[in-house]
Amino acid sequence: MGILLQLFFSFATVGLFCVGGGYASMPLIQAEVIEKYGWLSMNEFVDIFTISQMTPGPIGINAATFVGSKVAGIPGSIAATAGFVFPSVVIVLLLAYLYYKYGNVGPIRGILNGLRPAVVALIARAGLDILLLAFWNKEKLPVEVMQADKIAILIFILTYFALKKKLGTIKLLASSGVAGLLFYMISGIQP
Amino acid sequence: MDQVKDTSEKLEKAVFSKPFTYSRLFLSTFIISAFTVGGGFVLIPLMKAKYVDEFGWMSENESLDLVSIAQSAPGAVAVNASIIMGYRLGGILGTFTALLATVLPPLITLTVVSYFYDAFATNPYVRMFLKGMQCGVTAVLLDVVLGLLVKQVRKKLALPLIIMAGTFIASYFLKINIMEIILVDAIIGFFLMRDPQYN
Repeated sequence: MGILLQLFFSFATVGLFCVGGGYASMPLIQAEVIEKYGWLSMNEFVDIFTISQMTPGPIGINAATFVGSKVAGIPGSIAATAGFVFPSVVIVLLLAYLYYKYGNVGPIRGILNGLRPAVVALIARAGLDILLLAFWNKEKLPVEVMQADKIAILIFILTYFALKKKLGTIKLLASSGVAGLLFYMISGIQP
Repeated sequence: MDQVKDTSEKLEKAVFSKPFTYSRLFLSTFIISAFTVGGGFVLIPLMKAKYVDEFGWMSENESLDLVSIAQSAPGAVAVNASIIMGYRLGGILGTFTALLATVLPPLITLTVVSYFYDAFATNPYVRMFLKGMQCGVTAVLLDVVLGLLVKQVRKKLALPLIIMAGTFIASYFLKINIMEIILVDAIIGFFLMRDPQYN
């Protein structure tokens, strides 16, 4: 039981202090998991990072699952993941309650009105990131326009039209995956 | 809760407009989380495409408010967004439904993948499928981004456009920490954007 509690509180600390999301949590996880408890080696830590690039889920959850299962099996991964999300649940629910109670009070409304276009910008930023990755396999500008992956662009255009034909989001993503498999196989090009 | 709903803009016509059920919330969130590689701000537009554009469960403005709050709290943005959207849609039970649906896929995937990591990462068919899906996600994301941009531009208000462009430049080109940018935007909003025209 002791180890499960330790995992829970250790990852609760990471969850609580990881402000700004994503890779902001890496140094915190490093400090708790490698330096304080020695649950992981630096190499395993880098592996988690790589796995997180290609599997779904926030890196914090991935790290919690990996570390938890290594230290105490499946109960460990559940304890660590629960620990990681615990501070979020408490704080976000509190903020949600305040939003629905005071969301229309002038100054609060002002703050939210200021943040709304910022959220649009952050989504646009993620859109640009993933577009570069999908078409050019690169993470940053600049790119050579002509070197774009033509099959990727074709799938992109097909998906976009299917989207306009009101195909549901999930069916759409599954079909684009299948299209990727087919097109790359037929063309013999490696993605 | 009604206070906010009354003043938020009328729900636009959703594509399929399905009534809210916990199982529908769980399933759609689970699938989005399972197939979305690339972090919080990729997952969030997909949630928006599903809950707002497809099911018509909340208005666009409200969903953006909720994402702002999710972004401002500690923890992973995707997790926070599912907590707050779940709460909006189905109270505390909704929170745990959405949270479980968000957390389970990475939990399962990572447990499995960590055993077969090499086979998984180097398998060409897995890569082709993932690549295709990445292009699909890009299309959905672009659609969401364009929709939101057009709406902001149509309002013909200078301040939101300045915030939007400024936030983009500061985070993408100047690589300023997102929390610091958000803080500046919040301060601008606090002093200058209380007027109902910005709602």
